[in-house]
Amino acid sequence: MNVVRTTGLSKRYGSLAALDGVSVELAENSIHGLLGRNGAGKTTLMRILTGQGFETGGTVEVFGQHPYENAGVLSRVCFIKESQHYPEKFRVKHALRAAELVHPNWDNAYAAALLADFAVPADRLLAKLSRGQLSAVGVIIGLASRAPLTLFDEPYLGLDAVARQLFYDRLLADYAEHPRTIVLSTHLIDEVSDLIEHVVLLDRGKVLIDADAESLRGEAVAVTGSADAVERFAAGYQELHRERIGGSLRVTLTGVPDRFEPGLDFEPVSLQQLVVRTTQRHGAPVAAGKESR
Amino acid sequence: MKDDGRPLFLQIAEQLENSIVDGSLAADTQVPSTNELAAFHRINPATAAKGINQLVADGILYKRRGIGMFVATDARAQLLERRRRDFTRQFVAPLMAEAGKLGMDAEEIKKLIDVWEPQR
Repeated sequence: MNVVRTTGLSKRYGSLAALDGVSVELAENSIHGLLGRNGAGKTTLMRILTGQGFETGGTVEVFGQHPYENAGVLSRVCFIKESQHYPEKFRVKHALRAAELVHPNWDNAYAAALLADFAVPADRLLAKLSRGQLSAVGVIIGLASRAPLTLFDEPYLGLDAVARQLFYDRLLADYAEHPRTIVLSTHLIDEVSDLIEHVVLLDRGKVLIDADAESLRGEAVAVTGSADAVERFAAGYQELHRERIGGSLRVTLTGVPDRFEPGLDFEPVSLQQLVVRTTQRHGAPVAAGKESR
Repeated sequence: MKDDGRPLFLQIAEQLENSIVDGSLAADTQVPSTNELAAFHRINPATAAKGINQLVADGILYKRRGIGMFVATDARAQLLERRRRDFTRQFVAPLMAEAGKLGMDAEEIKKLIDVWEPQR
């Protein structure tokens, strides 16, 4: 069963197409990776899925219904944003209490255990928390809500490597006990590539990759060797990237069935590298910038 | 898990097979659960389940309802037979490819094997 289904989903802001004909399906009880550069449309898509924005074209269904102002859908959804704003004077325990009120599956004991794991004091004012602690509060709410559809939009800002590992470990353990649909939007692809079952790569509002993570693992291969031999081998395959040094050539190819050829070196291409090469090949201009909404 | 380009579920299956071949998982003992494998290797439980199911389909593991997965009585014998069949492709072919690069022929390789002693 699919928890999310969009067809030709579009969102325009004036002349900017933040989403441009996105058709995706997210299967129930699975961990999905929503990947893409800043400005690719990830946050826009998640805002529409969680009823915080409205599409300008196409259709969207979450649990079979349109999510916008739909309490039946939204009570089953938890959206953890990169920077959540809380009322002034709110303490950590107030944020947890507010989450408890809107999420029917909320587990108070689990939330308390997570507070201890991440060393976040329940009585502390949210305004007094460090950036990492604030992110930890988001992670704790996302996990303890046990919402049938939980979306994490770059939840790791300010979290160090140890705290991020804690997040992944707790997520896996709790997901195993309480299967649900998780969407992880992240730039730290190497860190989550073994956790996610399904990958959606967005670029400038369009879907570039929509595939099983397992099938993507063997999708690309980097072939290195003398330039002549590599050229001969590479002919006929889809080429994502090439680099040259002296007389050696390295090409990144997809669809290579047989990975043995005397004199050539074959290296696997990580999901992160595949995403980088695929995005580059589509010629997105390289520019830093925060995702606009 | 290491990224050698092969599907994770195959790597999980192969690691369990290795434990059966080297005897650390004996016949009719219980293997780790899907969730234990997922937590240990930090992979998705569905992936771990796929690796286990592969071994069940191959007759290496069998299921005891309500308890878990166990090593088949003849699992080790099956795996040894399969690996012996694969030996040429897995080990002899790369050996001869490297030998060829260095200008060594089969006679030379045979001599090397004759005089070879395990290093301590």
